[in-house]
Amino acid sequence: MSDIQMIVSLVGAATVQTIVMVFFSMVFSLILGLPLGILLCVTDPAVGIMPKPVLNQILTRIVNVLRSFPFIILMILLFPLSRIIVGTSIGTGAAIVPLSIAAVPFVARVIETALKEVNPEVVQAARAMGSTNMQIIIKVLLPESMPSLVAGITLTVINLIGYSAMAGAIGGGGLGDLAIRYGYQRFRTDIMIVAVIVILVMVEAIQIIGTKISTDFMNHR
Amino acid sequence: MHIRLESLIHTYGDVHAVQNVSLDIPSNAIFGIIGRSGSGKSVLIRLISLLEKPDDGAVYYDDERVDDLPDDELILRRRRIGIVFQNINLFNSRTAAKNIAYPLEICGMPKDRIKARVAELLELVGLADRGNAQISTLSGGQKQRIAIARALANNPDILFCDEATSALDPQTSRSIFELICDIQKKMNLTVVLVTHKMAVVRDVCSYVAVIDSGKVVECGSVVGIFAHPKADITKDFIADLPARPDPKDTGRTENV
Repeated sequence: MSDIQMIVSLVGAATVQTIVMVFFSMVFSLILGLPLGILLCVTDPAVGIMPKPVLNQILTRIVNVLRSFPFIILMILLFPLSRIIVGTSIGTGAAIVPLSIAAVPFVARVIETALKEVNPEVVQAARAMGSTNMQIIIKVLLPESMPSLVAGITLTVINLIGYSAMAGAIGGGGLGDLAIRYGYQRFRTDIMIVAVIVILVMVEAIQIIGTKISTDFMNHR
Repeated sequence: MHIRLESLIHTYGDVHAVQNVSLDIPSNAIFGIIGRSGSGKSVLIRLISLLEKPDDGAVYYDDERVDDLPDDELILRRRRIGIVFQNINLFNSRTAAKNIAYPLEICGMPKDRIKARVAELLELVGLADRGNAQISTLSGGQKQRIAIARALANNPDILFCDEATSALDPQTSRSIFELICDIQKKMNLTVVLVTHKMAVVRDVCSYVAVIDSGKVVECGSVVGIFAHPKADITKDFIADLPARPDPKDTGRTENV
């Protein structure tokens, strides 16, 4: 096999691993982070539609603690959890667990911030018309904040690509792992450069797509 | 629907926003509440329209007490009143027609009936061809018309207008009030209109309450109060009135 063919097949396989890791961690972190973000917004004692100061404080503390954890330490701490859920603590599948959990508080904050941008007077109008809290969340808060929600999710995906490179360090596979194993440990600078370029292109593509969707929502209002 | 307020009191911290207000708002007429900024008129309308609960006192719609309803009944009661806001407060993520459909959707009305009702309402406010328009493409006057249509969607008994035209220019403002007067007659609505402009009271209302520092200082028919104002603040309001608009100029000038 020629050198170029080898680089292509190595980078190709690693790219697929990165995409798998980022995609599934995004899905799982959204499943957990979306309700948490909504809860953070609606229970806010000052601007929430159902103020619950104590619950809000507890959630805020948990989110802050999780967010301030260095990812590399969180990952090691979550090895046992990966073993329980995926059956192993090594590999792409196992990396999805810490990645998802690291992204949950981030997603929750991003969603909370987007929902809080909705004009409180518009929310009040919805309440005055006799909306239930659930109707306000589903029919007013989420649709009205769609452009910011999409922008926030785009940001999360990009962060996850960065984190997934770090997950490579513990045998998660993917482009970050490739760059370290070949580029750093085996002095294959060419493979490292290709891996980094692929990451750059991926980030740029996601940013462009995210911005496009977000502005499309903006233009439809 | 007749509204009765019984010694309403509401405070925010140390501010006595509403102090012992009792009022009778007659059915099927336009009732004005006038006051300066900070007089407590906006708080008062929030209490009457069930957006906030008073600290003390009671609100009756006909003879039903409504200020102390439990949450689920409060939601049902709110669906039978319409409110038009100064800041219009339409949903930007929805088209004009979908905005009008909102109060019907939350009541669970079937889609085909919503569609028919929305078409009717668009017709009523003179915007039959703008149903699919995005909110940002509408003029200020058109937005307020859509907001009025949305407020009327559920056939409310009462329509509250909180400074509904303060953000609009005089001509547009006049056309909106013509629309409200029109609708009041057509639907036999009780309209409660909050304003800081005496001209609005003179041109639109049959009855008026003058509010100052959270208290009703004067209340009665507009004709009577204009003929014999008693309180100083009422005299000030009347003295500050701009001249009556030129009768040749009263037609609808806004292009809708």
